[in-house]
Amino acid sequence: MIKVKNLVKTFGEFTAVNDVTFEVRQGEIFAFLGPNGAGKTTTIKMLTTLMRPTSGTVELDGLDPQRKQREARRRFGIVFQDPSLESELTAFENMEIHGVLYHVPRKLRIERTEQLLRMFELWERRNEPVKRFSGGMKRRLEIARGFLHTPKILFLDEPTLGLDPQSRNQLWTHVKRLNETEGVTVFLTTHYMDEADRVAQRIAIIDHGKIVAQGSPAELKEQTKSDSLEQAFLALTGSTIRDEAASSTDQMRQFVKMWRR
Amino acid sequence: MGAIYILWLRELKRYVRSRAQIVASLGQPLLYLLALGFGLGPVFQKSGNGSYLQFLAPGVIGMTVLFTSIFSGLGLLWDRQFGFLKETLVAPVPRISIVVGKTLGGVTVALIQGTLVVVVCLIAGFRPINLIAIPRAFLFMALIALVFAGLGTAIGSKLQDIQGFQLIMNFLVMPIFFLSGALFPLDHLPKAMGVITSADPLSYGIDGLRGSLIGLSHFGLLTDLVVLCAVAVVLLSFGSYMFSRIEI
Repeated sequence: MIKVKNLVKTFGEFTAVNDVTFEVRQGEIFAFLGPNGAGKTTTIKMLTTLMRPTSGTVELDGLDPQRKQREARRRFGIVFQDPSLESELTAFENMEIHGVLYHVPRKLRIERTEQLLRMFELWERRNEPVKRFSGGMKRRLEIARGFLHTPKILFLDEPTLGLDPQSRNQLWTHVKRLNETEGVTVFLTTHYMDEADRVAQRIAIIDHGKIVAQGSPAELKEQTKSDSLEQAFLALTGSTIRDEAASSTDQMRQFVKMWRR
Repeated sequence: MGAIYILWLRELKRYVRSRAQIVASLGQPLLYLLALGFGLGPVFQKSGNGSYLQFLAPGVIGMTVLFTSIFSGLGLLWDRQFGFLKETLVAPVPRISIVVGKTLGGVTVALIQGTLVVVVCLIAGFRPINLIAIPRAFLFMALIALVFAGLGTAIGSKLQDIQGFQLIMNFLVMPIFFLSGALFPLDHLPKAMGVITSADPLSYGIDGLRGSLIGLSHFGLLTDLVVLCAVAVVLLSFGSYMFSRIEI
């Protein structure tokens, strides 16, 4: 379903993604793990038409996402690391906008919106503006929205960041269920190793832009002779802390939080 | 088509639901109209120019349309900030329909806001020369909105952070307003000032409005119309081009 070959992305001198090759099979839940700044989000951006690779090839369901941008976009859904909802509008309206942008026929759009909002326990509050939702509810809405146009692949970039264990648990239960019932391929990143261990069939670990290990959770544990995936992860990527300088975007986010509402 | 419609609708819903903001945004034109209109009125009258309120009202209407439309374009900054921009950019629709939907939304909102100010002006005692003045004024309001929605989109696409907003406000939007002849007649200006004012697209918008509403025009309505159309085409194309190059 996803084929990545010798993918490279450089920003000036810095190589963010360095000759990455992997494959994700149809219907699989695939976890892409790595420390901060390892190249996860850059890879996702290249997979989802948002960034042009410096070199190498990407294939999504047989399509080159750069050449057949629009066809490729119809085939996947994405939940970004940071929120991407229109918070002044209601949950239902957010689903509506998404459905229209993805050309879902009206009748189907309404049916699926109800089905997904019920499943993610948001149906009762569908007519409330999103700005009144809690962090967990917003995340659920974004994931429900990602499923609306029945994508073949769903990208989840750290979807459980900042959620409590209850919400995280429930979220993965739903994602797993939709993976089973609709056969959607899931490509996820997370920093919670227990989640990856629980939901993913296969895992790739990236560090400094290179894939350092690939396989099922059991295989990775065996390879590193660890009891848990977390230990395996630390064995593969070392235990030094990666400091990411706060980007100007983060600073701006703080500024806006101060002045708006 | 669907994408254009739904994004237009989004702008409209956002506007209609922010009632406090609607009321707040009427405060500024009202202040100009009352403080300047009645405050400078006697001086203006003594110098033999007639009623300042009559003169000022088209300027205040133009100002409202300018602010509303340029802010709608700059709204891209907030869309980027709060992430909704990504949702639209990754959707399987051409970027041009996103920018068209958003711009038409901004233009519609600017026209509604402009209409509210027209009503406020009428209540304050402003009287247009005749009835066809109103539809003609709407044409000019729409053109002003298109010009500055285009400019706002171009800047909003380029600007990365909210701090830049103040800069744009003080060094672009306010000068556009103050140098447009919204507050003073363009006749008999010092030469340099005359050149600057005739380089400001809003001058033609305000002049068109004033020509339509009270029959007083500096450049002539036809010139106003031609210049505004030309600038609108240029700025809307430029805005769409800048938008098509956004990377996230």
